[in-house]
Amino acid sequence: MMLRGLWKLTWIEIKVFLREPMGAFGTIVFPALIFLGLSRVPSLRLATTSPGASSYILVALPVLVSLLIAISAVLSLVTIISIYREGGILKRLRATPLRPQTILTAHVIVKLILTAATLALLVAAGKRYYPIGVHVPLLSFTMALLISTWSILSIGFLIASIVPTARFAQPIGAIILYPMIGLSGVFVRVESLPPVLHGVARVLPFTYAVPLLQGIWNGEAWSAHVGDVAVLVVVFVVCTAVSAKVFRWE
Amino acid sequence: MGSVIQVSGVRKTYGAMVAVDEVSFEVNDGEIFGLIGPNGAGKTTTMECIEGLRRPDRGTISVLGLDPFRDVYKLQDRIGVQLQQAQLQKRIKVWEAVDLWASLYKKKAVEGKVLLEQLGLTDKRDAWFMNLSGGQKQRLFIALALINDPEVVFLDELTTGLDPQSRRAIWDLVRGIRERGKTVFLTTHLMEEAERLCDRVAIIEHGRIIDIDKPERLVDRHCPERSVVLATDDPNAEERFRAIPRVETVTRAELRYTIRGRGDDLVTEVIRCLSENRIRVTDFRTILPNLEDVFLKLTGHSIRE
Repeated sequence: MMLRGLWKLTWIEIKVFLREPMGAFGTIVFPALIFLGLSRVPSLRLATTSPGASSYILVALPVLVSLLIAISAVLSLVTIISIYREGGILKRLRATPLRPQTILTAHVIVKLILTAATLALLVAAGKRYYPIGVHVPLLSFTMALLISTWSILSIGFLIASIVPTARFAQPIGAIILYPMIGLSGVFVRVESLPPVLHGVARVLPFTYAVPLLQGIWNGEAWSAHVGDVAVLVVVFVVCTAVSAKVFRWE
Repeated sequence: MGSVIQVSGVRKTYGAMVAVDEVSFEVNDGEIFGLIGPNGAGKTTTMECIEGLRRPDRGTISVLGLDPFRDVYKLQDRIGVQLQQAQLQKRIKVWEAVDLWASLYKKKAVEGKVLLEQLGLTDKRDAWFMNLSGGQKQRLFIALALINDPEVVFLDELTTGLDPQSRRAIWDLVRGIRERGKTVFLTTHLMEEAERLCDRVAIIEHGRIIDIDKPERLVDRHCPERSVVLATDDPNAEERFRAIPRVETVTRAELRYTIRGRGDDLVTEVIRCLSENRIRVTDFRTILPNLEDVFLKLTGHSIRE
């Protein structure tokens, strides 16, 4: 019964999102175009095909791109939730037998599907233009990215709970989320950060998403990353529990 | 005729602001009950407590024998709700919204197609929500409120912001809901709407209910004054009018007289006086008080602040 509602709502949210002028293009196609554009830059091309291609291109770049996809999904979630709240859409949906968690779950599912679709398109583009030759376990990597996104989405709900109006949703979300990448170890190793930042980094989910994504990309086994996954799950549980307390429906 | 909603001693505060204070009333099965008052009087808060969307600080509410807060999902299944200033997803199509809502209720839903037809939205079924006019949006919200064939329908400021023509069309729809045996609970700050639509109204101000009754009884109780305005060139008219029983004042501006008195018989008495004295009149109007006057009398100010 409620599953039928969840499925309908999810499907409608996907359609509504794709109807937005920048919806499909901005989230799914645009990253792929950027990616293809980069592939035309001769030095990058050379770097990937030459035997001594830097590990940055081979591992860090895909991971960074993946994180950016995840963040854009989260920002989009924060924006949509605050627009829906401001417009009374959340309240209207709540005045039905729908459970509140069903409404929010639908949005999480939409974002995860879009994340997977974006990744799939990038991989397809990459296969065509980046003949890297490494065997990346795509299915596992997609799983890892979805787990990471899922965890970061729960932070999105916390942000959505605190942003005052829809106008501030995107900037506040960006201010909170993007610095997390800087601390995540994708640019600088977490161990080499100053102690204070190191401490901050250790409680951020990105810090665990990055080694998970990098490890899986490099073909490591899931068993090597149980700790990372566990932390991401804990982040999800904690953030969801806190949002459940502070989330505002109107 | 039993009551389907019982509200007793309900109080709701937001911080230091008391939104609803000691509100008690009952809504009978099959009637259109209106909660009327100016913006900020506590209408919406009261309604949302009854719908289970807010929890009152004090007091008890029962709707169809259910506690709206504790049994909120059971209740939602049996009621239909239209919220004030609600929106839907900008780019959701009319039929998609109806289809989604139909899937949310346990009860056998009303046929969405029939509903859209009844509400005159059939040719808009593929339109995006954002491209609908104000009246069409409200009709869609009525459709969503009726999709589960509810026993009680809640309508909050249903016609605010609509042009008179759309407003009248929506009044007909609401009467239609009652004719199908549903109970309607509505709020409005439009006295004309309350007067034309409601079987009973409760006047609320500053979170308190001032009086509850049928609109005409409220008028009789609080505003028994009646006035007749007429024009005549009969030189003896003023003297005759003053002799009419129950007349309190007669004022004259050139050939135009205003006769004021109390009670329903005033108009009859004036007509009898005209006919007995063969007074020729070129104009005749009655001015009867309405809910607007009742509100003014009870609160000391107009409802349109």
